[in-house]
Amino acid sequence: MDAVGTRPGRRERPGGATLTDEADAMITRPPGGDAAVRVEGLWKVFGKNPDHVFDDEYRGLSKTELQARTGNVVGIRDVSFDVRPGELFVLMGLSGSGKSTLIRTLIRLIDPTRGTLWVDGQNVAAMSTRELLDFRRRSISMVFQSYGLLPHYTVLQNAAYGLKLRGEDQKTREEKARAALATVGLTGWESYYPDSLSGGMQQRVGLARALATDPDILLMDEPFSGLDPLIRRQLQDEFVDLQDQIGKTIVFVTHDLHEALKLGDRIAIMRDGEIVQIAEPEEILSNPHDDYVRAFTRDASTAGVFTARTVMDDPEVLLYRWQGPRAALAELVHHRRDWAFMVDKKQRYLGICSRDLVDTLIKEGIRHIEAADLIRPDPVDPDVLIQDLFGLVGAGSYPLPVADPDGTLLGVIRPRSILEALHTPDPSEEASDA
Amino acid sequence: MLDFPGWLRLPLAGPVDQAMTWILTNLGGLFDWIGSVGLQVLINVERALIFVPWFVLVALVGLVAWRAIGKWTSGLGMAVLLILVGTFGYWAEAMTTLSVVIVSVVIAVALGIPIGILMAWSDSVKRLLRPILDGMQTMPSFVYLIPALMLFGLGRVPATFATLIYAIPPVIRLTDVGIREVPAATIEAAKAFGANRWDLLRDVQLPLARSSILVGINQTTMMALAMVVIGSMIGNRGLGMEVLLAINRVDIGRGFEAGLAIVFLAIVIDRISNGFARRRKVPVALSTSVAETEDDPEDRPDEPEHVA
Repeated sequence: MDAVGTRPGRRERPGGATLTDEADAMITRPPGGDAAVRVEGLWKVFGKNPDHVFDDEYRGLSKTELQARTGNVVGIRDVSFDVRPGELFVLMGLSGSGKSTLIRTLIRLIDPTRGTLWVDGQNVAAMSTRELLDFRRRSISMVFQSYGLLPHYTVLQNAAYGLKLRGEDQKTREEKARAALATVGLTGWESYYPDSLSGGMQQRVGLARALATDPDILLMDEPFSGLDPLIRRQLQDEFVDLQDQIGKTIVFVTHDLHEALKLGDRIAIMRDGEIVQIAEPEEILSNPHDDYVRAFTRDASTAGVFTARTVMDDPEVLLYRWQGPRAALAELVHHRRDWAFMVDKKQRYLGICSRDLVDTLIKEGIRHIEAADLIRPDPVDPDVLIQDLFGLVGAGSYPLPVADPDGTLLGVIRPRSILEALHTPDPSEEASDA
Repeated sequence: MLDFPGWLRLPLAGPVDQAMTWILTNLGGLFDWIGSVGLQVLINVERALIFVPWFVLVALVGLVAWRAIGKWTSGLGMAVLLILVGTFGYWAEAMTTLSVVIVSVVIAVALGIPIGILMAWSDSVKRLLRPILDGMQTMPSFVYLIPALMLFGLGRVPATFATLIYAIPPVIRLTDVGIREVPAATIEAAKAFGANRWDLLRDVQLPLARSSILVGINQTTMMALAMVVIGSMIGNRGLGMEVLLAINRVDIGRGFEAGLAIVFLAIVIDRISNGFARRRKVPVALSTSVAETEDDPEDRPDEPEHVA
């Protein structure tokens, strides 16, 4: 993995419009024309008489007032935005802010109450049932937080499900599904059932299923939120690489600002069903639209960007408690490392296991590595500001482990990581660890 | 004064009688036709069961039970129970009873699953059917004998009809429950990939509701067996008839044998259908992959030399 050298906004998108392009397009653009997704004046009102909300009497009221006076709940309120082709557009907000409702209206899992909705040049809001099915089978795919895999289908059958619905023959769909599974690193798991896979792997299947139909647009509803921190980071990193390869237009929902900053080309921040601000990550941080956005970004803005969490690297090689010295040695040799963090079954940090230690143990004929033998620099909290780390990094001869309050190992901080975070990264600089 | 007022009367008996008469005069032909077709089916199923040599049937039941329950001892046990029924001298009667059970359960499942699906799809259908199903299950089972008798006369056809009505609620209910309990997230995901209502039913709802539906079929079968015995009161031959005759003659010994035969039949049917309901698809979960192949260092005498 390429560490901190890569930050949002670094990717060149094939369809990334320049400012002048966009200005021109504003004048002549046909409805939904060059935007991959165009949403205009979109409303979703839940309740018995949704149209009530549009009466003059109620128009100006807030969400809570409306709910009290009409019994209707406003899910999305007059939302408009464009997503450019090839862009990764993040919808971010707290729970109840309408982000999940909004992404579901894009594929009409929830029907909008009012407004226009163009996806990929098609008027989604006006589609008949038949057109809608066709649209879902060909143009768009979705990845869900809870995976939504079919438990009685194998991994391969799950990945092929979109193709099956599209009516492709068995051979073609297995071919494409295998290719999609290979893309997400699941080759060899085709004949397993989802139950026997970890959460991270199940979500890979979900992603493979979405990619197998080769859609123009990919919707992702908090795909990584249900996963352990380490796995989440790993999947995010892989997803960044993947996105570079496939270059799809992606609408991505998350409540995690760090995820949004890491993945998004642009971020839309939502509150009470409205979009408060749409901007690039840098802009969100440096120029929050109002106090709400500011509060949202506080832990990430300026000083906060540079917390241990934001600059840490993936530990890359982990040793497990039950591995004996020889197994540990094999692992270290294999990865050409002099040391590695050792964790227990729950990924909790135990200490650093060095080559010297395992060599000694092997010589003495000892078969187990005791936690007490390990070198144990104190782990730092992920939210510690890096200025507080200056004294610690470089004090010892090993990098600093970063761990949750409950001890779960999240990453590692090397002196280089901090320097890179403080200076503008130079892309020509070769990342050479170890 | 405290007695319920005699003038406050809602006469239901009259209209019900009239409706029945109307049905008989106007639709009598239809019911006659259904009756004769039903009788042919029942007779042929019974003939088939009797045509099969007893040891073949015993072996077959043993094998199916073994497959369904998963233990060969259970298979053997079921076969022995069936043989015991024969040793009481009730093989032919048991086959007659079984034929009525089979026919009514097949019809109940064929009608019940689609009705259950409709009930799961539509809340208003559910609201409409729920009190009816409640009524069907709480009504004393003898009551069904009356219309059955009037529509089809005496014999095994009305017994099958009464059995069908009495036994159908579980399969309807459990189909409905099974489909409604499919996680919304799974349904949503399938929809997002363009599944229409039938795709959803075939790929998601029915497979995930499978064990619930099988439990429903199991319950329906058990209720059918109970009702078939009661059906002897309107001339359904078989094990129930033997019990009835034994009661009339105060022949305790024979009655006990016939009753025991019914119990054994019930156990065999219950264990087998329950076995199918419980059996889950076993994933091919080979233990989690041993991706990192640590070539066993124990074998090497000393420190590995390829370290560098």
